[in-house]
Amino acid sequence: MKILVCMKQVPQKDAPLKLNESGTWIREDVSYEVNEPDAYALEEALRQKEKHGGEVVVITAGPARSQQVLREALAKGADRAIHLEDPAFVGLDAINTARAFAAAIKDEKFDLIFTGLQSDDYGYAQTGVILAELLGWPHATIIMQIEKADGGIRVKRELEAGYFQFVDMPLPAVLTIQSGINKLRYATLIGIKQAKNKPLRKVALAEVQDALSPNLLKLERLYVPQKTKNTEVLQGSAGEIAKKLTEKLRNEVRVL
Amino acid sequence: MATTTAAPKAKIPGGSFLLQERPTSEVFTPEDFDEQHRLIAQTADDFATNEVLPVADRLEHKDWALTRELLKKTADLGLTSVDIPEEYGGAEMDKVSSCILADHMAKYAGFAVSWGGHTGIGTLPIVFFGTEAQKKKYLPRLANGEMIGAYALSEASAGSDALNCRARAQLSPDGKHYVLNGEKMWITNAGFADLFTVFAKVDGEKFTAFLVERTFPGFAIGAEEHKMGIRGSSTCPLILNDCHVPVENLLGEIGKGHVIAFNILNIGRYKLGAMCVGGARTSLDNAISYAKQRKAFGKSIAEFGLIQEKLADMATEIFVGESIVYRTVGMMDVALGEVDKAGANALGEVRKAIEEYAVECSVLKVWGSEMLDHVVDEMVQIYGGYGFVEEYPAERAYRDARVNRIFEGTNEINRLIITGWLLKRAMTGQLPLLPAIKKLMDEVLAGPSLGDGLEGPLAAERTLVANAKKLALFAAGAASQKYMQALVDQQEIMGALADMIMEVYAMESAVLRAQKMLERNGEAASGLAVAMAQVYLAHGMEKIEAAGRKVIAAIAEGDMLRTQMAILRRLGKHEPVNTVALRRQIANRVIESGKYVTA
Ligand SMILES: Cc1cc2nc3c(=O)[nH]c(=O)nc-3n(C[C@H](O)[C@H](O)[C@H](O)COP(=O)(O)OP(=O)(O)OC[C@H]3O[C@@H](n4cnc5c(N)ncnc54)[C@H](O)[C@@H]3O)c2cc1C
Ligand SMILES: Cc1cc2nc3c(=O)[nH]c(=O)nc-3n(C[C@H](O)[C@H](O)[C@H](O)COP(=O)(O)OP(=O)(O)OC[C@H]3O[C@@H](n4cnc5c(N)ncnc54)[C@H](O)[C@@H]3O)c2cc1C
Repeated sequence: MKILVCMKQVPQKDAPLKLNESGTWIREDVSYEVNEPDAYALEEALRQKEKHGGEVVVITAGPARSQQVLREALAKGADRAIHLEDPAFVGLDAINTARAFAAAIKDEKFDLIFTGLQSDDYGYAQTGVILAELLGWPHATIIMQIEKADGGIRVKRELEAGYFQFVDMPLPAVLTIQSGINKLRYATLIGIKQAKNKPLRKVALAEVQDALSPNLLKLERLYVPQKTKNTEVLQGSAGEIAKKLTEKLRNEVRVL
Repeated sequence: MATTTAAPKAKIPGGSFLLQERPTSEVFTPEDFDEQHRLIAQTADDFATNEVLPVADRLEHKDWALTRELLKKTADLGLTSVDIPEEYGGAEMDKVSSCILADHMAKYAGFAVSWGGHTGIGTLPIVFFGTEAQKKKYLPRLANGEMIGAYALSEASAGSDALNCRARAQLSPDGKHYVLNGEKMWITNAGFADLFTVFAKVDGEKFTAFLVERTFPGFAIGAEEHKMGIRGSSTCPLILNDCHVPVENLLGEIGKGHVIAFNILNIGRYKLGAMCVGGARTSLDNAISYAKQRKAFGKSIAEFGLIQEKLADMATEIFVGESIVYRTVGMMDVALGEVDKAGANALGEVRKAIEEYAVECSVLKVWGSEMLDHVVDEMVQIYGGYGFVEEYPAERAYRDARVNRIFEGTNEINRLIITGWLLKRAMTGQLPLLPAIKKLMDEVLAGPSLGDGLEGPLAAERTLVANAKKLALFAAGAASQKYMQALVDQQEIMGALADMIMEVYAMESAVLRAQKMLERNGEAASGLAVAMAQVYLAHGMEKIEAAGRKVIAAIAEGDMLRTQMAILRRLGKHEPVNTVALRRQIANRVIESGKYVTA
């Protein structure tokens, strides 16, 4: 099986974030890491390859610094990497990101494309789905498990409230992978050493520019929400208070 | 080795930091790590955090089966074989990688010592001194974690003075075995190791190393020591009672065991320095989280100046520790890069390239272990009453740190090595120390001179370092003039000179690193590093001046004393920086980040 894994570099989860000067995004000088669901997507791809043979290719779209996620993936066992390298990929909308990926892999023949379920920074959960549409392939989201089946694959999707759905689908297909479905491996020293010599193809923005349209996403303003405190005393009998309280918890605070 | 364009290329003589100013391009810093280095750090960080820390309590209770299991896991990841050649199943990487591993594995000391003992003193004697057959037989199994190694040099009555050991070896009448008798003491990993490098005297005279398997007849392990710290590591005596060791397990040459002992300890020292830095970083990160959430007087204690001062000092010391560790191994890698690996005496050359930096290695050991002790002491203080009880991490960190000043050569022995080695190099002309001292003496006697101030970035700081070097040279010159060769018997002066030398190396490495960051990233991105270098310089200069006064007061009197003190004062003159403000700046940054950062 030949599998492409789309991986994104995102700000580290525990990194303290500061707004940039124009207040439209965070400052560049934070630490970055691999988007969490993408790490599980890579792990799943490596496991599929270990079971069925084939090739694992990783791709990212981002500035020079994002090459780090590719090197990490190569060190963990991916065979080669593609880097759509340009700062313009930061903050690009999902459809154009997907178009860029599609253009960059137009000469390749993959059986499967994995993306993470969503990114930890923008959180669209769309890139994979749109990519499938652009390629004319079927897709399934929130994938927990993948088994090879006659003429295709059988996947397990996570639904709500503890329900799962099993879907049989033909190949090629796009799957968006849920976090936590397997145990991530560490890069071994030998893997790290070998990663240096694995092929990494760079694709400039200009090479895929024709496939793109103007960025539909514009962040007007980003701000840190003000902490506020609000005290309200509920009046009435115990029963009435309980009723009001559940209502508030359900509709205002939305924790029920 | 993977080199980046910014990484240094030219080989630098060991100990020369005392004499020359280096351009930043010749100094390796953590900012020069390449992709491979960062990935290694990440694997080690993740492993220590996810696999080791969660089971630390079980390891503290000496669950050696678990230790073996974890060691096997490290082996599966290649973390046991960074220094083992590829042909014997190793990953064979540069020394920077090797130090990064030691640094980032050192989050829980008990396991770090087991792992470090195995990969360092347990494995390296064979890497450097083994015959082809010994390497083929043992290295692949040490690399893959099937066998665990240990190193048995010390004895109950011979620790620092290990060459004076009592264990003996006698060739058996049939010439097939050496028969070893004696006892070894404090042997790390002994409780579960399979292979021991044991030192004994052939015929009671010739100090020699042997590779002894646990299963050899006549070999036994004594009871576990009840230790103050690193309780998660095994430390036991060995009992050799007519222990039969096949002749092919003699390591190196008969009577040349000291070469093995010295070289292996030397390597152990730089790694120990790296581990101390890693341990200190973990302690600081814990202390920051604690200080942020602990409330007193209606505030988080991280808001108090006296707590901020501690956090700032801890961060600064870690910054300096990283600077000296990676500068040193960076120099080693350059020197090792010049060794012809296919040459007839390649291994000898490799050893020489490492030995070249014996002074720096001892500095890392002494400075690193004392830095760590200071960091964990402040950590306990920040935790207040909770710092004194076992439920919180400070208490264990405090106990665990202490042994670093004792093993791998006590800090006293290493101080003597630092000064003694440099003096020896000076005497033999390998290092032009004497001309430098003479030039300095002429210069100071000529009276105050104007304008040898340096220019460029961090000029004031670099000038201060240049003066610190002069102070050290001046004290060393005055002391050797007075005592000549007999200086080695004046241990207190040797020690004070070692303190000056260490501080020079630490101060200069910190400034060069900050300067390199400044040159590369500009002022805004290097403000924290510059602040840490400045805070450290103030501290280092105080130590150097105090040590200088101690030396001069001990060797001169009357007019001579007054003249020399005047020279000391002149050389040490500098405008004080506002360390209160600088420390607040440093503290605020690490508190805001929630962990140690350098930018
Ligand atoms: C936890 C632990 C693990 C260890 N692991 C190992 C191991 O794996 N393998 C191994 O071989 N050893 C190991 N050791 C032993 C360790 O290396 C020795 O304890 C150390 O070398 C000091 O020797 P000693 O204990 O005999 O102290 P001593 O040599 O008796 O020293 C006592 C004091 O006198 C000072 N001193 C000694 N000589 C001089 C001198 N010439 N000038 C000035 N001061 C001097 C010392 O600095 C020290 O302060 C371990 C020790 C410990 C505690
Ligand atoms: C073995 C032991 C026995 C004890 N016995 C007794 C006893 O018999 N009776 C009893 O009542 N208590 C006892 N104590 C408690 C002891 O007095 C407290 O631990 C101590 O007062 C520190 O308080 P804390 O632990 O809450 O630390 P904290 O007050 O939380 O202090 C944590 C850190 O913050 C610093 N800090 C706190 N406030 C400020 C400030 N305003 N400005 C700057 N820095 C600040 C502290 O100096 C410390 O470094 C005992 C403690 C121990 C460990």
